[in-house]
Parts: sequence; C-alpha cells; structure tokens
Amino acid sequence: MKVWTLHLALLAVLFTAQFWLSPYHATNLARIMVLAVFAMGYNLAFGYTGLLSLGHALLLAAGMYAAGLPAQLWGWTAGPALIAGLAGGGLMAAALGLLALRTAGVSFMIVTLMFAQAGFLTLLYFAPITGGDDGFAVAAASRTLLGFDLSTDTPRFLAALTIFAAGLLASLVLVRSSFGRTMVAMRENEERSRMLGYNPFTVKLAALTISGLYAGAAGAAYAILFGYVGASFATIQYSILPMLYVLMGGAGTTLGPFLGALLMFVLIEAATGVTTAHQFIVGAALVVLILFAPKGLLGTLRERWVRWLP
Amino acid sequence: MAFGPFLLLALMEGLVTAAILALAAAGLSLVFGVMRVVNVAHGEFYMLGAVLAWAVTTMFPGPPALAFLAAVIIAPLVVAALAAAADGLILKRLNYDPEATIVATIGLLYILQQAALSLYGPNANPVTAPFEWRIQLPWFGYSGYKLFVVAAAGLVLLALWQFMTRTKAGLVMRATQVDRSTAQAFGINVDRVYMGTFALGAGLAALAGVLIVPIQQAQYLMGHDPLLLSFIVVIIGGLGSLRGTLIAALIIGLSDGVISMFFTPTLAKILATLLVAMVLVFRPQGLFGAKA
Repeated sequence: MKVWTLHLALLAVLFTAQFWLSPYHATNLARIMVLAVFAMGYNLAFGYTGLLSLGHALLLAAGMYAAGLPAQLWGWTAGPALIAGLAGGGLMAAALGLLALRTAGVSFMIVTLMFAQAGFLTLLYFAPITGGDDGFAVAAASRTLLGFDLSTDTPRFLAALTIFAAGLLASLVLVRSSFGRTMVAMRENEERSRMLGYNPFTVKLAALTISGLYAGAAGAAYAILFGYVGASFATIQYSILPMLYVLMGGAGTTLGPFLGALLMFVLIEAATGVTTAHQFIVGAALVVLILFAPKGLLGTLRERWVRWLP
Repeated sequence: MAFGPFLLLALMEGLVTAAILALAAAGLSLVFGVMRVVNVAHGEFYMLGAVLAWAVTTMFPGPPALAFLAAVIIAPLVVAALAAAADGLILKRLNYDPEATIVATIGLLYILQQAALSLYGPNANPVTAPFEWRIQLPWFGYSGYKLFVVAAAGLVLLALWQFMTRTKAGLVMRATQVDRSTAQAFGINVDRVYMGTFALGAGLAALAGVLIVPIQQAQYLMGHDPLLLSFIVVIIGGLGSLRGTLIAALIIGLSDGVISMFFTPTLAKILATLLVAMVLVFRPQGLFGAKA
C-alpha cells in the first residue's frame, strides 16, 4: 500500500510539474522521463537480474530506428511507429541475449559492447538510409498521435509522462511478482536457482528482452517526441549513461533510475555555468559512485532506513 | 602500380599497425592476465603517451632526435606513474572486483579524455620524426621511421618476454597471475605487484602512443580505435596469454592493412567486431587460448 502510494504520488507531482515549470524546464523533464524509461529497462537487466551490459545503446537505437525509419520512409504516424519501436527493441534484445547470454560476467560485458559497436558501425555504413552521424529529423506529420501534435509542449509532456508512468508501474508489478523474485535469484545465486529447478538462461533471456522493450520504447519515444534520429544514440556513451543513472539512483530500486537521471541532468545543468567539462563530471560521478556508494542513493536509503522501498 | 608492389605496400603498412597494436595489446593482456582487470581506459593511456610526446618534443630545445628520445623515456614513465596512482586510489579500494573495476575504468576514460581536451585542446598536432630517412624500393619509397617502429616494438616485446620469463619480478608476476592467495602466503606483496603490473601495462600503451605519433598526429580522441583493436587482439589471442596476443596482433594488423587498402574501413571494422564477438561467444578461451 505504502509502495503504491509513493509511486502514484511521484506520478501526480510529475503531472503537476507542467504547470509550475517553465516550458524550457518542462521539456527537459520530458526528456529526463524518456531517458528514465531507458534506465528503468537497464535496471531490470542490471539491477535486478545482475546482467551488467555495455551494449544497451544498441537496444535504444533499435527502437529509435524501428520507429524513425518507417516514419521517414513510409510516413507512419506516431502510434504504429511507437509500437514498431517497442518491438524493435525487444527483438534486438532477444537476438542479443540468445548470443551474449552464452557468456557471463566480464565476457558478457565485452560481447555486448562489441555487438553494440557493430550496430553503430552498421548505422554509419548505411548512412544513405540512416543519415549516419548527422541523422535525420522526423517529419511533423509523423509526430501526431490521436490528433494531438506531439511536437508541441503540453502533448509532448503528457506523452512522455504516460510512457514513463506505464514503464514505472509495469516495473513495480514485475519486480513484486514471482518472476521478479526469480530474476533477483539469478543475480544473487545462479547455481542455487538452477538447483531449485529454474533455467537461468530462459529467465535471463526474458529479463533482457523486457529490458529491450523498455529501451525500444524510450528510443521510439525520443524519436517521435523530440523529432530526431541519429547514429550518435548508438554510441558507447548511450550504453554508459543508463548505467550511470542506475548506479546513482540505486541499482535494484524501482525509483532509482528516474532519480539518477534527474540528478545527473541537474548536476550537468548546474555545472554548465562553471565548466564545459561535462565528460569530467560523468567520469568523476562514475568513479565516486563505484568507490563510495555502489548501492546508489535509494539503495543506501533502503539499507539504512526505509526497508520497505521496492 | 602493379598488384604485387601494391600488396607489399599494404603488408608493410599492416606490419606497422601490427607492431603498435602488439605493444598496446600486450599491456592490456598483462593487466588482464595478472590482475583480472579489464582496463577500459587503456586506449587513453595510449592517447596520453602521444599527447605527452608532443608536449615533450615541443618543449625540448635540442635537435629532433634527442627530443624524441626524451619523449620515449619521459612519456611512458609519466603515464605509468599516473596509472600507479589510479591503481592505488581507485582499483585497490574496489578489491579488483572485475565488474566494479570496469565501471571505474570507464569513469577514468572519461576523466582522462576530458583532461586531454581541456589541457591540450581539440586539435591534432604533428610531431617530427627523429630522423628523415627513406628507403627507395624499386616501386616506391618507404619511410625508414616506420621500419624503425616495427624494429623498436619487436625489441620491446622481446625485452618484455625476457622480463616475464627470466627475472625475479617476472616470476613474481606470473606467480600472482596463477594464484593470488598462494603468492601472498609465500610473502609476495600482491598490492605492489598489482600496482607495478598496472603501471607497466599503461607504460606499454603510452610507448605505443609515442612511437605512432610521428606517423599519426596526436589528438585527444585517438585512444578509441586502439582500445577496440587491442580488445580484439587480446580476445582472439586468448585473454591473458602473451604469445597468443603477439600472433593475434600480427593477424589483425596485417589483415587490417590489406583489408583497408581494398575495402571500405567501416565494413572491415563491422566484420572484425562481429567476428570477435562470435569468438567470445563460441570459443571464450580465444583461438590460441591454452585452457579449455
């Protein structure tokens, strides 16, 4: 009960945010919510199932291009494009998992990194279609959903909030279900769960695929809401970012990814006045977090005080 | 130019790539073998070597040859000291946990890259070669410095191999690689071995960076490609096996030279990356890995 109240309260606060935030900040918040969906997907793989992937940019880009290319080439509208993006991320994750999940630990990290790099290079190679590094803008006609123009402030914010809310509540239900507990069992002790009769491969494959659905949805939403598709979203940087968000907010907490994305955004925004060295902040945040707070903010909070936090 | 000389040129270019790659990959392989740490910041040590070489040669007053000699000595030492500090301040505190160290070295990568961008700037700068000397072959002239790079890399690798197999320090390192706790029980200071190994690995990458810089200019993003290629070499050669690393560097370097002469580099990179990922998936011990 407490758990649901907390999550619904957060969504309610976010809903009202469009009224008291300036349009500039509201757009930023919409962006953060979309990136948080990506991070929530990453969290389901890394935080709950213990799959430390360095290739999630591939899944984000899969969703982004699966939504953006049909919109660009055949003039699909936002609805079908979003569904295509969701499917694209899920399918790519399943394909990645079938191969990469034969390995574990460090090998899994390198294999996912390699596949993501191959995906990025493929986007560059087919630059005449994908736009390569420059990318392409999604046509305004493809950015309408049920008659709302998603390139304008209020519908965009509400669309981002809807996707974020769906992702958040779905992940809450998922991690409190018996399958969610099986995922955690894989993280904690794979051998033992195998002895109890679970098949680690299928559980991990399912978790990675769900993670891919989130990444795909985030990629598609980014393409439709912000009107830009480009190969830069397939670079290693976009595999690192969700990891950073999750580490900061707290791996294995439902609200951690959003909190991490929000804090990191605020941190970089605040530092912009002082320095342009954004990469330094990202790098230092990674090192400091892994050294002093490997459980992240909410993870530490849960350990010390708020035991019921999901 | 006829096909034969053209292929010869491609092979010679490939040999230079292979030599540089072997140096960088040997460092990565050493660090992974002894410490079980996948150092994602390895390419940045290479970049720092190149950038420092530029800084030293620019500030050094004497003739180019002496300035370059100074760079060859100073740059790897500075980078090695930096790596030793990173090891003591970060990696040691993480107890060398494989996954945590990857996250930390990713952070280190960002920090070093940003430091290079802020202090050195976004431009690429050339370094003059220590000597101007061209070998005139019947079909084309070839830079003598490139051949010097191949020879120098070969010598350094030979010295590394002698060091690992013939000296006490090498023995201690190999003992730590085989069994960390037994080595500790025999009174080996494992912390110091780890620090030394990390510094040595970074120093090798920096040396590769210094050697390449007269051929390829120094730029703050130049660490990216060697990192990926070193990964490929180390994986194909079997993680932690020095001999496999050398063979793999030759294969990758030569084929890279030939393929990029005849095909587009992007396609070549895609195929190489996919191939390596498949090797890791289906033959995790590497193509030349000893243990099954």
